[in-house]
Amino acid sequence: MHSHKEEQDQALHVNDLVLYFQLTHGVVQAVDHISFSLPKQRAVVVIGESGCGKTSMGHALTRLLPRNVHRYSGEIYIDGMETMRLDDEEYRVQVRWTKISLVPQAAMNALNPVLKLRDQVLEPLLLHEPDLSQEEGMERVREVLRFVGVPEGFIDRYPFELSGGMRQRVVIAMALITNPTVIVLDEPTSALDVLTQANIYNVLKRIKWEMGTSFVLITHDVATSSELADDVLVMYAGQLMEYSSADLFFDKPLHPYAQMLMAAVPKLHGDEDLHFIPGKPPSLLSPPTGCRFADRCPHAFDKCADEPPVFRLGTRTVKCWLFEDKADEIASPAGATMQSGGNS
Amino acid sequence: MNAQATQSSEKVVNVEQAVQPLLSVRNLRVWYELKRFGFLHAGYVKAVDNVNFDLPAGESIAVVGESGCGKSSLMKAILGLVKPYEGDIVFEGHSIWDGGRERMRAYNMEVGYVQQDPYGALPPFMTIRRILAEPLILAGIKDKDEQLDRIVRSLEEVKVTPPSDFLNKYPHMLSGGQQQRIVIARALIRNPKMLIADEPVSMLDASVRVEILKLLKDVQEERGLSVVYITHDLSTVRYFSERIFVMYAGKLVEQAKTNEILSNPQFPYTWALLNAISDPLHENATKLRKIPPGEPPSLIEPPKGCRFHPRCSRAIEGLCDTEEPPIQEVAEPGHYTACWLYHEKGKQHESAA
Repeated sequence: MHSHKEEQDQALHVNDLVLYFQLTHGVVQAVDHISFSLPKQRAVVVIGESGCGKTSMGHALTRLLPRNVHRYSGEIYIDGMETMRLDDEEYRVQVRWTKISLVPQAAMNALNPVLKLRDQVLEPLLLHEPDLSQEEGMERVREVLRFVGVPEGFIDRYPFELSGGMRQRVVIAMALITNPTVIVLDEPTSALDVLTQANIYNVLKRIKWEMGTSFVLITHDVATSSELADDVLVMYAGQLMEYSSADLFFDKPLHPYAQMLMAAVPKLHGDEDLHFIPGKPPSLLSPPTGCRFADRCPHAFDKCADEPPVFRLGTRTVKCWLFEDKADEIASPAGATMQSGGNS
Repeated sequence: MNAQATQSSEKVVNVEQAVQPLLSVRNLRVWYELKRFGFLHAGYVKAVDNVNFDLPAGESIAVVGESGCGKSSLMKAILGLVKPYEGDIVFEGHSIWDGGRERMRAYNMEVGYVQQDPYGALPPFMTIRRILAEPLILAGIKDKDEQLDRIVRSLEEVKVTPPSDFLNKYPHMLSGGQQQRIVIARALIRNPKMLIADEPVSMLDASVRVEILKLLKDVQEERGLSVVYITHDLSTVRYFSERIFVMYAGKLVEQAKTNEILSNPQFPYTWALLNAISDPLHENATKLRKIPPGEPPSLIEPPKGCRFHPRCSRAIEGLCDTEEPPIQEVAEPGHYTACWLYHEKGKQHESAA
């Protein structure tokens, strides 16, 4: 039984989140027992290779699920409110956009090509605050567009008249207009140029500092993600491998996978050689029992045949047997809810 | 790796003095004509405007710049896919446009091309064996046994092993990294002298990216290939190229050895580019980055004078906005830039102001 207080204070508190998909030839374990807490006005960066379940986690948080869901369980507290109990309609009205919004991958193509920017950005606001007058709504639209750096004159333009960077800003403005507690960003800058990328990160930082929004930033671009990161969550094969504050993580990652991932990041300065991670991630259809990284891990030993629990070391958590002796406690046991049916 | 890079570039400098460069780009202009109503002339998109450089045999250069700066047009001109509006591409002393189709075919045999998106570049309905046989058939190698022999050797070179497991697979059955290896194998199978790589790793995962970069570097060193590496990501260039060319709005604005550019950039746009790239450090999250205002200019009517002046923090009024800066050597030998800040005339203007 964890204290209720803790969940109230957090912008986002995720406990034992599971999202499995049903395919004809098996079950894909895309998000496998992930737990973490994100305080207000902080950003967590979710990093990992493609196919590790990052995007699925973003969709699990915002409950944008395809039809072939096999299992969707756990607890998600947003701004102190447990959202998993709500049915889809309640979730749509009470949570999506107003408490958590998503900036999807390839957001440049997420805009409706036949709507002007003003109508496009206004839409989520009208849906959630139907009493708002047109003028008040437009005032809010102008305000958020100004905030993300879209010039006033663009308001009557169509998406095709904007550059990629401008479109990305508009999508961020849409996610922002209902003033949510948490914004989930899925690869927000991967298709953009370096200068535009840096510009977008400046906008995101200002949103965080001035409006107090929390972010879940999903990306494979570790170097650029450090622009926004307060915390880092490393995912591998659907599981959380390490959760740590950014200053500790970038200084010295703990999990062997995190260390190897960081060694593969090209750096502008310094002269360390680059190293890649041999092998490839396991299939999520039938992941190995035991530690899922063991096959590729240079430190693997006998114990890795069993699945490690998540160990807590100070403020950090890591899912690796190497830290059994140094750990303060076990944050969550291996395969946490395999045995549990009821809620605790 | 760094020591190696400097060593080989020194070697290249000597070669440059001794013999002609493998490839010379001379006063190259790639302009696309705009038409109104389909036939009325309505100006040009000046995608590449007066670009000059030499590429010695065995050297690897990188062309960096934002999208829309003309780097892809430059690449197309080098590959002979677009006819330049003016200027010439000279390969081994002969213009590639002099001598008709035969000459162009012969040139195409000497150049390999690595595309950006491996999945899009490989025909989905062909097996790997067929994909790799295609360039050989075009080169006139009809003998099936010889084809197979070369395909197997080239798969081994790009470390898609064992080759027999892959010959009859289709591209969708391979991972992104393996697909990119096949693209590289296809580019190398005719033993070209030069390789054009257009963002070869931008679509790949971080860990695979390093693998492919290392593979390209190994192949380049082993075969003594000349490589033109086109990218917008300066942080990968350091691991691959000996010289960097920075392009902005159709112009080559700065060129120097890689370490020179990274440690001592001269052109204000290069400062901005380097400043915008993050190394993974937690301090990044605590401060805003300084980015020049605005966006790259239209290439139909680029700004007068220096094309970067509307966004430049150091622009000299009355000079940068009227007169185009000449390209000149600054700082170290071999470090060229086109900026008034380092020119006598610019210094006079600044002291007068």
